[in-house]
Amino acid sequence: MSSGKTSSNTDVEGSENKEQRKQETPLWEIFIRGQHGLNHRHVGSLHAADAQMAINNARDVYTRRNEGVSIWAVKSTQIVASAPSDKEPLFDPANSKVYRHPTFFDIPEEVGHM
Amino acid sequence: MYSQIVKTDGTGVKSLADMTPEERAFQQRIDADQKIEPKEWMPDGYRKTLIRQISQHAHSELVGQLPEANWITRAPTLERKAILLAKVQDEAGHGLYLYCAAETLGISRDEMFEQLHTGKARYSSIFNYPTLTWADMGAVGWLVDGAAIMNQVPLQRTSYGPYARAMVRICKEESFHQRQGFHIMMQMVKGSDAQRRMAQDAFNRFWHPALMMFGPSDKDSVHSAQSMAWKIKINTNDELRQKFVDQTVPQAKYLGLTVPDDNLQWNEEKGGYDYSEPDWDEFYAVLSGNGPCNKERLQARVSAWNDGEWFRDGLIANAEKKQASGEVAA
Repeated sequence: MSSGKTSSNTDVEGSENKEQRKQETPLWEIFIRGQHGLNHRHVGSLHAADAQMAINNARDVYTRRNEGVSIWAVKSTQIVASAPSDKEPLFDPANSKVYRHPTFFDIPEEVGHM
Repeated sequence: MYSQIVKTDGTGVKSLADMTPEERAFQQRIDADQKIEPKEWMPDGYRKTLIRQISQHAHSELVGQLPEANWITRAPTLERKAILLAKVQDEAGHGLYLYCAAETLGISRDEMFEQLHTGKARYSSIFNYPTLTWADMGAVGWLVDGAAIMNQVPLQRTSYGPYARAMVRICKEESFHQRQGFHIMMQMVKGSDAQRRMAQDAFNRFWHPALMMFGPSDKDSVHSAQSMAWKIKINTNDELRQKFVDQTVPQAKYLGLTVPDDNLQWNEEKGGYDYSEPDWDEFYAVLSGNGPCNKERLQARVSAWNDGEWFRDGLIANAEKKQASGEVAA
């Protein structure tokens, strides 16, 4: 959910008092595994001073309605992300390889389920 | 609407031909219903307008806890108290989702708090009205959360990814809020005459302020066109207000309550109710700081922030100490 950037842009309104503001607690990305054994899934982010507080806050913020059985918290600054400008070189090559999908191959009906 | 008047940056809606290549590519992605994500290029006006809109929405969630907090210690039963606590906790969570969404645009949470505390940023006018009786908890849930849902459901399709995802989470949780409010009203109207009067009185006081939540009339809403082109606003203020009236009037009838509007009338031709506009002078007065509870709300918020300073300092000091002593602190 987050760009992992907590510092302020100078071009954004309200930045003029930057020097007077105290340090903020770091931002964490929260991943939750739901009831049904699927992968942990990114659900959002939150601020916390340390790892324990990140887990406690994640429990309060993201699992109030039985959404999860396990929490991962990762400091946002630790996330490595692909750049939006790399979208074409990274993902376009897959477009021409439709044979990777089973529906590419026509199997006669008399063969049955495959 | 939780963001009632958001000043839109930019020079008005440009035609595709008048745009720079970057702007054109951006607008075409929005027109194709693609989501814009944090690190991608976006016009400066889009970024600034979104920061204003999302933070205004977040501030509303935060300040919105205050009128209800008044009744946590006064709830009529332990069950109602637990339900109200859960609802107020949800509002804090909604504020948090939204602050995080705004942070992805390059503003820090403390900056947004500062804008709220210094009166630079707005929050919804509705939270500057007092909650005088227990029936107000019913009216707030039913009408205020009802109006909020009306606005937030379409925003799940907004063009900015983090904002849309925050909206999905919020909408999932918000429906409980409206239902618990309506449930309080149902119990009140089934009670004694005094309770019915209390329910009607709460309805009378919250009806027009709830209509104001959608913002000024379309003819006075100067910022809409660009925001709608950017898909950070999906419906006009009057469309949503009309929808809210049409949905709420039958619910009031079910409760046996009278809508406090002598001009309310079904209009067969438009397939909706005609209703009186709220008092827009009052709306602008409340929005600019002169509502019944503006000072009290802001004061409570600023006190909470200042009183918590030693605790925030302690958390950071403790984390730094643990890190320095080589413990796994982070």
